[in-house]
Amino acid sequence: MTQILIDGCVLSANYALIALGITLIFSIINLLNFAHGELFMVGAFMVYYVYGVFHLPFVAGLVVAALITAVIGALFEKFFFAPVMRSSTREENSMLLAVGTALLLDSVALFAFGHEQRGVPDVIPGVMQIAGGFLPYQRLLVLLVSLLLVGVLLWFVQYTRPGRAMRALAQDRDAARLMGVNVERTSMLGFAIGAALAGLAGGLLVTVQGISAGAGPAISIKAFIMIMIGGAGVVGGALLGAVVLGFAESVGYSLLPGSETYLLIFVALILFLIIRPQGIMGHPWG
Amino acid sequence: MSTSIRIGRRTVLAGVGGAAVAATLGRPAIAATKTFTVGVLGVLSGPDAAWGLVNKYCATATANMYNAAGGFPIGDDKYHIEVVPADTELDPKIAVAGAEKLTQQLGLRYVIGPNTDTGALSVAPVMNRSNTIFIPYAFSRQLYTPPAENAILGMIASYEAGPIIYKYLMQKRGVKSISFLASNEPDALDQQKQGAAAAGKLNLKILSADATYQPSATDFFAVLSPLVRQKPDLIVFSGVAPATAPLLIKAARQLGYKGQLSTETAQNIKILQQGAGKYAEGFISVGGASTPAIESDYMTRFTKEYETVAGEWDDEAGTKVYALEMILRTIAKAGPKALTDTNAFKAEMDSFQIANPFMKDHPPLRYVGTGYFQQKRQIGVPLVVNEVKNGSFQTLFVGFVS
Repeated sequence: MTQILIDGCVLSANYALIALGITLIFSIINLLNFAHGELFMVGAFMVYYVYGVFHLPFVAGLVVAALITAVIGALFEKFFFAPVMRSSTREENSMLLAVGTALLLDSVALFAFGHEQRGVPDVIPGVMQIAGGFLPYQRLLVLLVSLLLVGVLLWFVQYTRPGRAMRALAQDRDAARLMGVNVERTSMLGFAIGAALAGLAGGLLVTVQGISAGAGPAISIKAFIMIMIGGAGVVGGALLGAVVLGFAESVGYSLLPGSETYLLIFVALILFLIIRPQGIMGHPWG
Repeated sequence: MSTSIRIGRRTVLAGVGGAAVAATLGRPAIAATKTFTVGVLGVLSGPDAAWGLVNKYCATATANMYNAAGGFPIGDDKYHIEVVPADTELDPKIAVAGAEKLTQQLGLRYVIGPNTDTGALSVAPVMNRSNTIFIPYAFSRQLYTPPAENAILGMIASYEAGPIIYKYLMQKRGVKSISFLASNEPDALDQQKQGAAAAGKLNLKILSADATYQPSATDFFAVLSPLVRQKPDLIVFSGVAPATAPLLIKAARQLGYKGQLSTETAQNIKILQQGAGKYAEGFISVGGASTPAIESDYMTRFTKEYETVAGEWDDEAGTKVYALEMILRTIAKAGPKALTDTNAFKAEMDSFQIANPFMKDHPPLRYVGTGYFQQKRQIGVPLVVNEVKNGSFQTLFVGFVS
C-alpha cells in the first residue's frame, strides 16, 4: 500500500507540470497544443546536453530548458498561431496547425538529436525506504521541484500583473482588450510560459525516464487525458486530472497484471465524458 | 568444408586489404564495373527508429568497405554495392508499400528487414510474388517454415535464446523462479508467451507470465512493484527495446530487487549506462560479435566504419552485421546467376559454409534452422550472451543454433 501511495504521488506531481502547461495555453488562446509533448522532449534534451554531456549544474540545464522552450513557444505563437487565428474563423485550422508544429518538432528532433534513447545520471543517487515502500531521492527531488514550480505558477497567475492579464484573457478576450490588456503580448507570454512548463517537466523527468526523439506524442496523449478529466482550461482541473491519472496508474498496475490498467482508464474516461464532457472542474459553456 | 573456409578467409583478407589501400589512397583500389543493389526495409523514423536504422547503417558500412576495396567479386566482375532504404514507420501498410517499391519499381531481389513480426508477415506476400529473398528480424515461425521459402531469419530468435539463457542461469546462478514482463504489443507478447513456455519446460517456477506495460510507458515503478514483491530469482524483459531496458532495470533495482535481470534482445551499453548507470551491472542480454574477447580484426574495422556511417557504435549492430555479408557471400558462391535468380541463391543455402569473418576464432558460419523451421532459413549467427560488468559488456558464453 505504501508503494502505491508513493508511486501515485510521484506520478501525479510529474503529470501536474505537463497538464498545467497545456491547460494554460488552452485557457489563454483556446488552442489544444498537440506539440506539448514535443516541447517536453526538447526540454529533456536541453538538460541532457547541459547536465549530462557538458556536466554543468542540473539547475543550469533546467534554466536552459525553460528558456529554449519558452522561446520556441513564443515564436510559434507569434509567427504561426496568431496569424492563423486572426485570419481563420474555423477552430480546426489552428488545431491542424498545432499538429503540424508537432510533426515539425518531431522531425527536427530526430535530425538534431538522433534516434537513440538518452539518459543522465541521478542528481541525488540513492533510495530511501518509507514504511516498506521505496522512494529514490531523485524522484523525491522531482516531486519537490514539481510542487514548487506548481506553487510558483499559481502565485504568478494569481498575484502578478501579467498573471491577472492572462486570467482576464482566459475569461473574455474582448473585455480584456477593452480594459487595456495587450492581448497579443499576453497571448505570447502565456504560450511561452506553457511551453516552458512542458520544457521544465521534460528537464526534470529526463533524470528518471530518459528521453528519445520520438517521446513527444505519448506525452501529449497523457496531457490530453488529464485535461479531459479535470476540465480544459482550468488550472485546478489540470492538477486534479494529474492526481486522478497518477493514482489510477499506480493502483491499476498494482492490482492488474498490466495492459488492463490503461484499457480501464480509457473506458472510464469515455463513460465519464459521456456524463460530464466538460471534465470535473470545467464549465459547460467553455 | 576446408575449401569453403579457405575461400571465406581469402575474401575477407582481400576485402580488408583493399579497404586499407583505398583508405590510404582516398579512392577505390580497383573500380567496380557493375552495381548490385540491396534494399533495407525497416523502421527508420519514429520512436522505434533505432531498430531499422541499425540495419541500414550495418548494410551501408559493409557496402562502404567493399566499395572502398573496389567492389565485391561475383564471378569475373567486381560489383559496386548500393543500399536503398525504405521506411516502414512501424506500420504494416507502409511496409507493404515499401516492399512493393523495392521489389516491383526498383526490381530488387534481396531485401534486409523488416524488423517486426507484423511488418514481416505483411510484406511476405509481396516478397513471395516477386521471389525476393528477405531477411526479417522477426520471430514468427510461419515466415520461415514451408511452404514459405523466401524469408531468412537474420538473428537468434527469442525462443531459441531463452531456454539456453535460463538453463545457464539455473545451473550457474541457482535460478529457480522466474517472472516475465513485456510491452503490450504483438511481438513482445509473443516472446513473453514463448519464454514462459520454455521456462515451464525447464521446470522453472513461473511467478508471473503475463505482466505487461503500455508501449509508450516511460515510468515503470508502478508496473514493476507487484513483480518485485513476488521476489522471483529472475525477471525477463521479453522483447524489450534498447530505449526501455535501462528504465526497467533502474526501476527494478530502486524498488529493492536483488535477483537476476535479463532479456533475449540485443541492447546498447551506452544507453544502458546513461539510463541505468550502476544499476545495469549484472544485466544479461543477447549481443553480437562486438566484445573485445571475441571480435576479429575485420569486426574491429567494421565497427570503425559503422561509427563513420552512424556517428557512434551501437552494440545492437553486432547482431545485424551478418545480413548483407551473407547475401553477398552466398551470391558469390552461387554465381552471377543468383544476382537476379533467387532460386540459385536458395539452392546454394543448404551447403553454404564460410569462416565467420566477424569472430576471432572464425567458427563456421552457415544457414541453420532445420530444427525449428524444417529447412535452413536462418543465418547461423552465434548466440553471444553478454553481461554488464564494470560498465561494459562482457561475453558470458557463446552458443550456436544447430
